[in-house]
Amino acid sequence: TERCRGPLLHWLPATNQSELRMASAEAPAARPILYSYWRSSCSHRVRIALNLKGIDYEYRAVNLLKGEQSDPEFMKLNPMKFVPALVDGDAVIGDSYAIALYLEDKYPQRPLLPQDLKKKALNIQIASIVCSGIQPLHNLTLVRFIEQKVGTGESIPWVQQQIDRGFTAVENMIKGCAGKFAMGDEVQLADVFLAPQIFAAVTRYQTDMVLHFHLLSSPQLYLSLSLMN
Amino acid sequence: MATAKPILYGAWISSCSHRVRIALNLKGVDYEYKAVNPRTDPDYEKINPIKYIPALVDGDFVLSDSLAIILYLEDKYPQHPLVPKDIKTKGLDLQIANIVCSSIQPLQGYGVIGLHEGRLSPDESLEVVQRYIDKGFRAIEKLLDGCDSKYCVGDEIHLGDVFLAPQIHAAINRFQIDMVLTSSLIFFVQIKISAALTLHTHQNTNSNKLSFSCRRSTQSCRDFTTRTWKSRHFKPHCPRISQMHLQQNNQEIKPVTTICV
Repeated sequence: TERCRGPLLHWLPATNQSELRMASAEAPAARPILYSYWRSSCSHRVRIALNLKGIDYEYRAVNLLKGEQSDPEFMKLNPMKFVPALVDGDAVIGDSYAIALYLEDKYPQRPLLPQDLKKKALNIQIASIVCSGIQPLHNLTLVRFIEQKVGTGESIPWVQQQIDRGFTAVENMIKGCAGKFAMGDEVQLADVFLAPQIFAAVTRYQTDMVLHFHLLSSPQLYLSLSLMN
Repeated sequence: MATAKPILYGAWISSCSHRVRIALNLKGVDYEYKAVNPRTDPDYEKINPIKYIPALVDGDFVLSDSLAIILYLEDKYPQHPLVPKDIKTKGLDLQIANIVCSSIQPLQGYGVIGLHEGRLSPDESLEVVQRYIDKGFRAIEKLLDGCDSKYCVGDEIHLGDVFLAPQIHAAINRFQIDMVLTSSLIFFVQIKISAALTLHTHQNTNSNKLSFSCRRSTQSCRDFTTRTWKSRHFKPHCPRISQMHLQQNNQEIKPVTTICV
């Protein structure tokens, strides 16, 4: 649960660092609270976004393997029993995409979305492919279901197929835009969603990064971005 | 010189395409609709290399994914805004939309049904889909506890409603979900949105081909599809939506932007 904000500053141009310090000085007294689980790639996305924006937040762990998501108090925060959930004053949001866009509105420092309509749409598209087209097809509930009903060990080839399909689509979308990251040399919303997915794919499902994302100059930057958050 | 109309590639059975049609119609955008079957139309790959539907082609810009398309439309066509201005309300609205597009719809696609192929009976497959729909709908109902607005987050149609309406339509018509059992007052309102918006969008597509889903599928997919479609429209436990469908010919179809529910 260690948060690592210091080294992240080197991802940002030097001029933005003073903006971040000013924003922190003006931050409201009550910190936002993030309910998260270390293994949840959805929670991982929000940790990256919070850290990129330099937001001071309180981390509360919800252990999914112990079933803490079924705790009635947590279910009041998110009736879907998913992490992440964000409590920011009287705002309660239980979905990583909704949280990311809420943070983008409320904490405009270090924007995750570009102004240009098409580049913005491409970011939203890539994030959505991860959020709706890849991750839901390997979440814990579905994987357990496959192992029980379809057969032990059957979940891995199934998940690999979904990841392969999704990553092939994303690779297609970043033709002409990719640099160090999907949409250029800065981390944007697409990367906030891609990094945890790539991390999960490589560490849990033996995905070969060389096969995918050869348009990126350094795919291992995504693993660094994941490990730092 | 007139700008070319945006083109929407979709399929009548695709609830993701359905969302985009609703958004386009609500905003009064003049667009061209092209029905495609991404699995069998060889030319579609040239238009959209990833072969996803829906896809919006706006000039030389090709955008897939219903959420991305709708938020792009929101930026480009600000009339009839679908996203609330207040950031807390927007957060709730997006959460509802994402429950549909990340936690319900992906689990009812043919890819997931194909997973069960040969291992689960069509009835068991249907039960799995119903479980996900039930969980999602009950969660949305909890989120809307105490709301007395006409729609999810207000008295106007917003993003959450645009995602929910096609999901309710699919739940009732394809997956035999009993809306009475899962409903509160809010859901009777939602059924009315679903029926009203669905009637309008189906008028626009001129497409009603059940054979799309059956023709190229394997036997178990065909069985599953036949079972899920066998009692569409006329289930006695959905009297309101059944009534609206039966009265279709007598009803004056108003443009979606002027619907008062």
